[in-house]
Amino acid sequence: MGSIESLFFDIGHLDALSSKDSPIHRVDPRIKVLTTIYFIAVVISFNKYDPAGLAPLVVYPLAIMTIGNIPFSYIMKKLLIASPFVLSVALFNPILDRSPALDLGLFSVSGGFVSFASIVAKFVLTASAGLALIACTGFDSICSALSRMGVPGAFTIQLLFLYRYIFVLGEEAARMVRARALRSFGNKGLGMGVYSSMIGQLLLRTMDRAQRIHLAMLCRGFDGEIHHVAPSKICLSDVLFLAGWSGLFTLLRLYNFPAWLGAELGRLI
Amino acid sequence: MHMADALISPAVGGVMLAATAGLTVYSARKLKEEIDDRKIPLMGVLGALVFAAQMINFTIPGTGSSGHLGGAMLLAILLGPYAAFLTMASILTIQALFFADGGLLALGCNIFNMGFFPCFVAFPLIYKRIAANSPERKRILAAAMAASIIGLQLGAFGVVMETFSSDISALSFKIFVLLMLPIHLAIGIVEGFVTASVVGFVTKTRPGVLKMATELSGSKQISIKPVLITLVIIAALTGGFLSWFGSANPDGLEWSIARSSVNKVLESSESGIHALLSRVQKKTAVFPDYNFRKDKTEEYAKGERTQGKQDAWPSVSAGTSISGLLGGAMSLVLAGLIGFGIKTFQRRRTNK
Repeated sequence: MGSIESLFFDIGHLDALSSKDSPIHRVDPRIKVLTTIYFIAVVISFNKYDPAGLAPLVVYPLAIMTIGNIPFSYIMKKLLIASPFVLSVALFNPILDRSPALDLGLFSVSGGFVSFASIVAKFVLTASAGLALIACTGFDSICSALSRMGVPGAFTIQLLFLYRYIFVLGEEAARMVRARALRSFGNKGLGMGVYSSMIGQLLLRTMDRAQRIHLAMLCRGFDGEIHHVAPSKICLSDVLFLAGWSGLFTLLRLYNFPAWLGAELGRLI
Repeated sequence: MHMADALISPAVGGVMLAATAGLTVYSARKLKEEIDDRKIPLMGVLGALVFAAQMINFTIPGTGSSGHLGGAMLLAILLGPYAAFLTMASILTIQALFFADGGLLALGCNIFNMGFFPCFVAFPLIYKRIAANSPERKRILAAAMAASIIGLQLGAFGVVMETFSSDISALSFKIFVLLMLPIHLAIGIVEGFVTASVVGFVTKTRPGVLKMATELSGSKQISIKPVLITLVIIAALTGGFLSWFGSANPDGLEWSIARSSVNKVLESSESGIHALLSRVQKKTAVFPDYNFRKDKTEEYAKGERTQGKQDAWPSVSAGTSISGLLGGAMSLVLAGLIGFGIKTFQRRRTNK
């Protein structure tokens, strides 16, 4: 992850996207969470030598992003930033796995390259579906959906608190980093001594802040639970959304659509 | 270094997600027992602190690289294991949702690797034993160092185990271990130094804070037993459930074996005692599939070699390869067309 400024840009931008209005934004958050999880499960259940079978599944993130008015370039940029670990593990496949898997007449492609392609495809599909979910739903709605789906209250409260204070503490940390950068020349002053006292200072201030927050919460009648406003209800269109998409995913998983399409096209040509 | 969805199989993701869900419920219940709602805002802001601290780098002398705080051990020292586990889980959830850093199904793996090991293994078994609440600097350093290193080594080993049992990467177990463990040894040493120096700074400037933290985290001894027992039960249950699921929908590898003639031999031997035993094993094993995986892969490879272009899958023949590629490309184009169609439809509606 990059600098603190880019962190804010990222979270703020996703938040702005989630406050838009579209048919996807209006779907009940629980339905969206379930559909996304089922989608990811179907994607990762594909055989590692079958990248072509994954191709039609791209329709889900694509549809969500177009209907939800989410810019592709933004999601793609985020995918690139998140990709290094996956790529570095996947890169070993072409090197280690050299058994031929695809025969293209003139040359053949090794199994390693095929499984590399399928890992990359899986990464693009799962990560873009996850980002599309948060961009069309918003974090508060996801938290309330999670708590209504049975996730313990302590955890969802923690998620909401963390999300709220990332901005506050992040700004504070950004100011400290700027101050340190202005006072240090070359690599002097960027070492661990200054760093740990910086984090220590931030920690002490944070604990004081926690005490003030707690008092403020008690003044406002905090009883250990956070109440979400106007919980949405699941209506017929939501059920159809879930049933339609998961039916499609199941069909695409059970029947190899690209193989059929390729064979038909080959016959036509 | 977060596990991604693309590197795990649904079975591994599901089991780890179930285990993490169990731990989360357990920690939340334990936290409720303490009935101290001072901790709720404290957990939130400390989580945000770790998040912010991960963005601040420092230079590591003599290497030219830079490091930052991981935070799990610091959280465990300040909050106690249960609250620290929940806080770590929330940090990882936000990273997965907002940064695609670790996937949604892989979240279970990530929380287990980076939350369970430091909070429930390294902190109570190593840090607490060595540090023993003494304000001595050297002691804190030794404790933080040992706990951070061991916590991170276990986490890295977890990553290797999860990747290996998912059978997606071609990396062999040994090479992957040799790659991951040394890297995380270095990270663990840095983490240990940072944790110790932050804790040292706090004890020096405001000694009351850590005392408050230990009071907040409960005076009771943390017992690891219930956690382990619930884990084993959950793993057994989900393993059984998933294997039942798995046998109904065989994955590609099993399917390929089912289609190759090797399986006919296998099937014919599955009568009498052998069948009975395998049935018993299927019922009792936590990972019924993985017991056979290695032999299956070997047989699969053998079958491919000897049978060549018969019906082993993926069958290596030009015709199916090309039609597969063509079909894949065409379905991508189709999906793109659907997206494009939605876009033009929307534009027309807004123009009206």
